[in-house]
Amino acid sequence: MSILVNKDTKVIVQGFTGKEGSFHAEQCMAYGTKIVGGVTPGKGGQEHLGQPVFNTVSEAVAATGATVSMIFVPPAFVSDAVMEAADAGITLAVIITEGAPVKDMMYAKAYATKKDMMTIGPNCPGIITADECKIGIMPGFIFKKGNVGLISKSGTLTYESANQVVKEGFGITTAVGIGGDPIIGLSYKQLLPMFEADPETHAIVMIGEIGGDLEIQAAAYIKEHITKPVVAFIAGQTAPAGKRMGHAGAIISGSAGTAQEKMAALEAAGVKVVVSPADIGKAVAEVMAKL
Amino acid sequence: MNIHEYQAKELFKKYNVPTPRGHIAFTPDEAVKAAQELGGSIWVVKAQIHAGGRGLGGGVKLARSTEEVRSIAKEILGMQLVTHQTGPEGKLVQKVYIEEGADIKKEYYLGLLLDRALEMPIMMASTEGGMAIEDVAHNTPEKIIKVSIDPLIGFQSFHGRKLAFGLGLPTEEINNFIKFASALYKVYMDHDAEMIEINPLVKTGDGKFLALDAKMGFDNNALYRQNQVNEMRDLTEEEPTEIEADKYGLSYIKLDGNVGCMVNGAGLAMGTMDTINYEGGKPANFLDVGGSASAETVAKGFDIILKDPNVKAIFVNIFGGIVRCDRVANGIIEATKITNVNVPVIVRLDGTNAIEAAEILNNAGIVNIIAATDLADGARKAVAAAKGE
Repeated sequence: MSILVNKDTKVIVQGFTGKEGSFHAEQCMAYGTKIVGGVTPGKGGQEHLGQPVFNTVSEAVAATGATVSMIFVPPAFVSDAVMEAADAGITLAVIITEGAPVKDMMYAKAYATKKDMMTIGPNCPGIITADECKIGIMPGFIFKKGNVGLISKSGTLTYESANQVVKEGFGITTAVGIGGDPIIGLSYKQLLPMFEADPETHAIVMIGEIGGDLEIQAAAYIKEHITKPVVAFIAGQTAPAGKRMGHAGAIISGSAGTAQEKMAALEAAGVKVVVSPADIGKAVAEVMAKL
Repeated sequence: MNIHEYQAKELFKKYNVPTPRGHIAFTPDEAVKAAQELGGSIWVVKAQIHAGGRGLGGGVKLARSTEEVRSIAKEILGMQLVTHQTGPEGKLVQKVYIEEGADIKKEYYLGLLLDRALEMPIMMASTEGGMAIEDVAHNTPEKIIKVSIDPLIGFQSFHGRKLAFGLGLPTEEINNFIKFASALYKVYMDHDAEMIEINPLVKTGDGKFLALDAKMGFDNNALYRQNQVNEMRDLTEEEPTEIEADKYGLSYIKLDGNVGCMVNGAGLAMGTMDTINYEGGKPANFLDVGGSASAETVAKGFDIILKDPNVKAIFVNIFGGIVRCDRVANGIIEATKITNVNVPVIVRLDGTNAIEAAEILNNAGIVNIIAATDLADGARKAVAAAKGE
């Protein structure tokens, strides 16, 4: 078991023949992901990495039965690609591209929601179900199979946490990089119940950061609905207010969105909050030992 | 990215959002000329810097004669204006905006920004004009009226009515307000703004609304399609080291500690700062070197970090995913040849080919490179090195 994606998930790639798209599609296939084709307008009918290329997502879906799309198109074309995927009946779009305008995502997400398509990202490493399916750019070998679910706003902190969890002798069911933009797709609140329902997931790690209030919403949800232990780290305790810390969404506005308020809310919800990201693995070992 | 008040008002004017008439001036002579052109008998001289709270800091003053315009402009131009948003060092004022006086009957607050939870813009209005909106939100939240605007329908009259009635405006003024707010929403959407703040919005003696102040910020991801906004960028308002870092694809923010950090990924970069803090040190900067971490970017990263004389040690924390650690290790060695690194460099490389990377670093025999095994170990060693231990 796992959440959202597994070894049978059929995936197409939008921006398949581009440099980034090609490189990472190949890596995903090497990991075992069923990449069944891709879309590059104007290159329909060609073959790339041994898979068919289509002009439109609709054609790709009709021919391959794909349900998930991995999106690698340049930032200016992201909203168009997301809306095309939603229109074609894709059920989950994983948007890797960094730098999409906020306004575009506002429209794209509204349309995706209307079409019942889930989105992950943008500006994220993607999603991986250990040993089964990798849809994204993460180094697959770090994610040894195990019983810990992982949700993170940051790419490299996802790797760091997974690595610590594995070093402590545990492993990962599914890890989801949700991205650090102001408007993102699936977030803690939607992913937590999936991990709660997944029998293989015994504990959940959530990595947050300054900016917005998704972590506060997550805390409220955890308090009411999550019975599995949750370990959390919030990045940016030492970040100054009003400065954008790399991620477009990582900014403390006025006095809102600080790491301290998020940590306090999570602690009040019974989450094991670590102050140093170096302690994530140890904290997971502690909560797992109590199960 | 932010722009100046006078620039925001230029955008307002194009969309028929009423503002007082005004001219920008770089010298006291120009200020006097601007006042003469505007006519009238009362003017406001306003310092143009990218920070709020200018009035309280002495950067906004009323003049009742052109001689007074000259003397105030002389006083404000060239001053280091300190406000609650500039930090104690303040910001150099290089230009002043000369504006005609307005017949103020009442002051309000009007703002537009993205509500990240609702994933759409919200417009906020308050009768508490001229005060810091954060304080109003904190002390008297009931005095802020909010409407969320679904971009699929845009700004509708009902949005305007909800705000106007909430502000207690008399019926005959409501259409004026709706026109103002609707035009402002168009300014916001058409320019990929992430924030507009009018504080105060004033009602004049004849029941009209006027943007007395204007603050605008934009979505950096959308600047590629906002030429007019790009032309308004004032590089003198930004940190020179941050601009330089940006040229090389590095994301750098200066802080006030003494442990420099060079990290791949924004989340891990913040996490590294937090770890240094947890281990008893103070980070000197945020620096995300991005995915590639080549010799050139690492060397540039060292250069930028070392421009800060407070830095006593540098912690390089790279988690190699797609980028292999052995390459990063070679990059670091190359970088120390390109640029002179005269402080201890603590290196933690983990992930793909980490073992090979450690060997490369050990065999290179560079005296001021100290290898670390993991995040905590690296942070501890960096903090100790910065303390001279």
